[in-house]
Order: sequence, then structure tokens, then C-alpha cells
Amino acid sequence: MDLNVLWFVLIIVLFTGFFVLEGFDYGVGMLLIGRKEYDRSMMIRAIGPVWDGNEVWMITAGGAMFAAFPHVYATMFSTFYFALFLMLLGLIFRGVAFELRGKYPSSDWRLGWDGAIVFGSLVPALLWGVAVTNLLQGLPIDAYMHYAGNFGDLLSPYTILGGLTFIFVFIFHGASFLMLRLGDEGLLLDLKRKSIKFGVIAAILYVGLMAMSIVSTDIMSKGFFGLSSFACGALCFVMAINAMYQGRAIAAFALTSMAIASTVVQFFVALFPRLMVSSLNPEWSLTIYNAASTPHTLMIMTVAAVIFVPLVLFYQAWTYRLFKARVMPSDLKHY
Amino acid sequence: MEALLLSRWQFAITTVYHFLFVPLTLGLSIFTAILETWYVNCGSYEWRIKIKKLVKFFGTLFLINFAMGVVTGIVQEFHFGMNWSEYARFMGDIFGAPLALEALTAFFLESTFLGIWIFGWDKLSEKRHCLCIWLVAFGSNLSAFWILVANSFMQHPVGYAIEGGRAVMSDFLALLTNPYVLGEYCHALFAGLSTGGFVAIAVCAWKILNDEQSRESFISVMKIATVYTMVGLLGVLGSGHLHAQRLNDLNPMKLASFEALWETENPAPFAVVADINEEAGRNDFEITVPYMFTIMVHNSLEGKIKGINDLQAEAMKKYGSGNYIPDVKGMFWSFRMMIGVGGLMMLVTLLTGVLVYFTRIINFKCWLRLLPFLAPLPFIANSVGWYIVEAGRQPWIVVGLQKTAQAVSPNLTAGEVWLTLIGFTAVYLLLAMLALFAAISFIRRTHVTEEEG
Repeated sequence: MDLNVLWFVLIIVLFTGFFVLEGFDYGVGMLLIGRKEYDRSMMIRAIGPVWDGNEVWMITAGGAMFAAFPHVYATMFSTFYFALFLMLLGLIFRGVAFELRGKYPSSDWRLGWDGAIVFGSLVPALLWGVAVTNLLQGLPIDAYMHYAGNFGDLLSPYTILGGLTFIFVFIFHGASFLMLRLGDEGLLLDLKRKSIKFGVIAAILYVGLMAMSIVSTDIMSKGFFGLSSFACGALCFVMAINAMYQGRAIAAFALTSMAIASTVVQFFVALFPRLMVSSLNPEWSLTIYNAASTPHTLMIMTVAAVIFVPLVLFYQAWTYRLFKARVMPSDLKHY
Repeated sequence: MEALLLSRWQFAITTVYHFLFVPLTLGLSIFTAILETWYVNCGSYEWRIKIKKLVKFFGTLFLINFAMGVVTGIVQEFHFGMNWSEYARFMGDIFGAPLALEALTAFFLESTFLGIWIFGWDKLSEKRHCLCIWLVAFGSNLSAFWILVANSFMQHPVGYAIEGGRAVMSDFLALLTNPYVLGEYCHALFAGLSTGGFVAIAVCAWKILNDEQSRESFISVMKIATVYTMVGLLGVLGSGHLHAQRLNDLNPMKLASFEALWETENPAPFAVVADINEEAGRNDFEITVPYMFTIMVHNSLEGKIKGINDLQAEAMKKYGSGNYIPDVKGMFWSFRMMIGVGGLMMLVTLLTGVLVYFTRIINFKCWLRLLPFLAPLPFIANSVGWYIVEAGRQPWIVVGLQKTAQAVSPNLTAGEVWLTLIGFTAVYLLLAMLALFAAISFIRRTHVTEEEG
């Protein structure tokens, strides 16, 4: 395995970390819609100690992309210019909202910031779905690795389905996380009922996305691998719904996490060895070779990743252990 | 062309805005950590209750500021790809590594342990809890190191080769030991301490004057804060001085434009004020102190400093025709403002320190009333300081290697950038008001007394 392939794998690892961890934060954020203040405070408290660390997975994935595949970073970020602007607005409001909502004693103040959290969770979830499907489908990238389209070109039935699927997948994932973390029986019962509904919607959308991917992308050119992880993801969702129904919260969360991880793997396997597909000319696609940094830089980054990724996993796992007790109403004094 | 100019404005606005919060994060994280260390080591029962409240008080201010710094920082990371894709292509092999390392070694650390710190008061032993805030402070300051490693390369490229039309890293260690890094990092770190300390002084002044039940606690904190700020300011002065001396070798154009020194001189005078005529390449009027500039740079009465016009001629010879002179007027006055504000902060801190250590400071109501209004001073100095760093390398984005004009994303239209420029600016203004409102109302209503709870 050469360094380029290794970095392709490491990028998969970082994005898996991001979507699995930040996925439930986005989900919890979207689940705040229409809830009363006590519920909202409890739900936010459940992700309070960890959301910030989870978000760093995205920043690291972005930074690693910059370091390992600078042309992909350059092309992708300038291609998705306006979409990323919207995503940044969402992330800005969301990040500030988590800190500020509890800093002023007023229900209206909290309601406003909770609205910002909803916005800041919904928009990134939607846009990630749109981005991922666009990347699978291919983009009008010219011979100089420049995007030759506009924001409107990024929206099609397929990519909007991608966005919707991501939204409901994260909502379901967030609900299964909350089932593990909340200690209020009434709230749990209500969430359980709703999360099964969301799970069913997520599973239907997911299968729809899988079907449309066969039609709209070259995913099947990889043969068996073209669809195996997708199928695995779909199976996980169905099993997660069942586990949720039976009240096995740990299993449900493990399964939604696995479903998301399989989807990330599926996405990258379908692309390999490309990272950005040119719809104008296959020769113009950005691959792990023509878009990469030099072996020298990749080597340095490999050493750093081998040391620090396990270390980060270790202390983040420790954090989750430290905060494993379910969130009780009495914990809300911090807010 | 217009997309270029707008992208520059957008980067300038969002960077300066981001840099309002960064130094305060650097300084307040360490300040809070010092307070908590005091708490852990304090033997008196009543004082322990008070100090714990003080830790949470300053910790909360830190958190509000930290959140603003984080979210505006993500914008900066994305910018390199969004608006400056050709920069990312040309420089990615070098510039991407410190950015990734910053996230991997520093952002994870500070974010994860900050989460533990906020919610872990009852879950960890006192010492471990205190260790968490120290890790946050360490992570914050480590992230500053990485980003300044990246920035230093733009100012003074080292350890690279040009291959296949792009800059590639040939020596990672050279990148880290770039003499520019040391200067920038120390200056930024100490600026952080001064900013954190000065804001703490302003907050203490308000609490001492207006919150009788918390008065004694904040007098104690003010004693710490004045010393802390003074250490920071002396560090800023020393590191700034040494860095400017090094600029004579590393980036003489920047140094000459600080002082609007158009012609090479030995010994060179220091212009206190000047009426700068950029078109003619001279000062129409100036008041100078003879020898002073040479003394500052060379520590001696003898020593040549190259002038802007000669450096421009050298650059033309080396890089072809073009204008290689930064915005001299802006540089000259920003530099003076930075020094002036820094000096003013030093006087204020010194006087406040004398008052709080040797008198009953509550008797000096006018002074206490004034101090909160001086809180913007460090932010002014930081902003113009950052302006000097970045404007001083123009027209280059990487000095000698790539011009700013070559770096912008070619697919952007002016309309797109207008939209995002207005969007970011509006949202940033709104958030600044909300965060300031939250912080001020928190300061007003939170009391630090001996009562439990």
C-alpha cells in the first residue's frame, strides 16, 4: 500500500469519525424542533460535554484533506463556495448558541438560540448530503481542476434526495444517542415513539438513495463492492429500528453508527481512486495521485496521524466514559 | 479582478474579527488556569468558596469568547479553499500540514478537555479538574504556534523547493525553526497575556466599584491581573523589539515601510510623524529623531537600513517589473498606533497596580469608572498589529513566491463574493452584539461571595 492509498484510508477514518460523532449532534439539534424548554435543555445537556470535540473531526478531516490532497481541497471548497458559506453560517450560529443559550436568564433568549441550533444542525446535514451525492455523481471540472458550473448546478432530484436522507439519518441517529443518555422516563418514552417513525423514514429514503445512486452514478462499475456497504447500511437501519422498538438502546445506537460508517466507506469505495469525479472528461478527475502532496509531506503527516489519532480516540473515549451516567433533571443547574 | 479585491476584503474582515477573540482566548485560558490552581492550593475555607466562584466567573467569560473564536476560526480554515484555491494548490504541500497538525494536536485537545472542564466539576478530583483547564490553555497556545508556523512561511519562506509549478516541502524542521516563527509566536503569546489580563482588570474595576458584596474578591483578582498584564506587556515589548530587529534581514521591505524610510540611510532617523507621499516615493514633511531607527535595529549608532525605493529597485531586478511596495501610509500609522496603545496600556496597568497594591483602590472612584472604558485598547493594538503583519507582505501572498492576485479562486464571480462578504459581516456584527450583551449582563448579575451555592 503506497502512502497515497494510506491517506485515502485515513481520510475515510476521519470522515467516519466526523459523520458518526457529529451526526448525532446534528440529529439532536434537529430534534429540538417543537419541544418545550425543559426537553430542549435536557437534550442539549446530553451532547453538551462532547459536541465541540466531535466538531473537530470535521476540521481535522478538512485539514488532512488540505495536507494530503491539496488540489481536492482547492477544487472542492471553491466548487461548493456558496454551499459552504451557508454551512458556515449554520455552524457559526450553532457553535455560539451552545455557549450563549444558558448565559442569560430568559426563556425567549434560550428559545432564540435553540432555533439557531436547529438551523445550524439542519443546514449542514442537508448540505453534506447534497455535497456527497454531487461528488458521487461527478461535477463539471475542467482540465485545470476548476469547477465550471454554479450553485444551481449542484441541485438535482438526486442530490436533494441525498440531502433529505442525511437529515433523517442523522435525526434517527441522534434519537438513538439520546435514548442512551437521557434519564427522564417521560421524555424517553416520547422520543422512542418518534424515533421509530424517523427511523422508518430514514430507512425508506436510504433505500431510495441507494436505488437512485445505481441509476445516477457509476457506482455499479465496482461490481460487488459497488453496493455491498450500501446494502449493509440499509440492513443496519432496519435492525436499528427493530432494536429501538424492543427498547435495546445500546444496540440501536451501535447499529445506526455502523450504518453511517458503512455509508462513508461505500462513498469512498465508489470513488476510489478518484476523490472528485469530472463529468466532462474522466481524464480530468482528481485522483489520489494527481491531487496529492509529495511523499515527503505525506510521510510526515503519516507519522503525526499514527501518533495522534489513537491518542485522540483514547481521550475522547475516556470523555464518553466519564459522562456515561444518564442526564437527570438535576443536571440542568449548569445551564 | 473585482472578485480578487472583494475576496481580500472578506479575508481581512473575517481575519481581524477572528483575531479579536484569539488573543483573549490565549490569555484568559491561562488566567483561568492560574485562578483554579490558586483554588486547588488554597487552605482557607471561606476563600476556597470565593475562589471557586471566581474561577467559574472568569471561566464563563472565557467560554463566551472561546465559542466566538472557534466558529470564526472554521471560517478561516475554509477560506483557503473557498476563495484562495490557487493558493491552496500552490502551497498545499507546505501549508496544509501545519493546519492539519493544528487540528490534530491542539483543537481536539482544547475542545475535548473544555467539555470535561465545563461539566466535570463533580466528576473529577480537584487536581484533575484543574489539569483540564491547563490542557485547554496548552491546546489553545499550541494551536497559535501551528498557525503561526503556517503564517511565517508566507512572510519568510524556508525549507521548500519549487517542483512542477508548486512549492513543495523539502525540510519540515526548517519550517518549524523558521526564525520568523519565534518572533511572531512570542509576540502573539504575550499579546494574549496582556489582552486577557487587561480585560480582567477592566472587569475587576467595574465589580469593585459597583458590586459591594463581591468587592474584596475582585480586589484580590485585580492584584493578580495587574502583574499578569505587566508580564504580558513587557513580553510584547521585548519580543516585538527583537522581531523588528530580525526583520532587517528577513523582510526589510516590511521594516522600511513601518517607518516610511524611503531612502537607504546610515544612520537612519526615526520619524515620529510624517506626511507620506506614496506616489513620489518620499515624505513631504516629517519630524525625526536622528540616529533613533538605527539604534533600535542595530543596538549601535552605526548601521545601514535599506529604504523602500532601493528595495523596490532590488525587487524589480529579481522578480521583474511591478510594484513591490506595501501600503506605506497604513503601515506607518498602524505601527504607531500599536506602539502608542501598548504604551498607554502599560501606564494604565502600572498605575492600577500601584493603586491596588498600596492603597484602598475603592477611594479612586474616577479611575475605577474609567477602566472599563479602556477595555477596547488591547483589541485595537492586536488588530493593527495583525494588519501590519499581513499588509506588510503585499503584494505577495507568499513573499517572493506567489502574488496575492495569482492566488484567488478563478471560478468565483464578484456577485458571489459580494453576497458572502455582506453575509459574513452582517452575521459577525449581530453575534458581536449578542455575545457582548451576554457577557456584560453576566458580569453585572454574578456575585462572588462567601456563601455556598
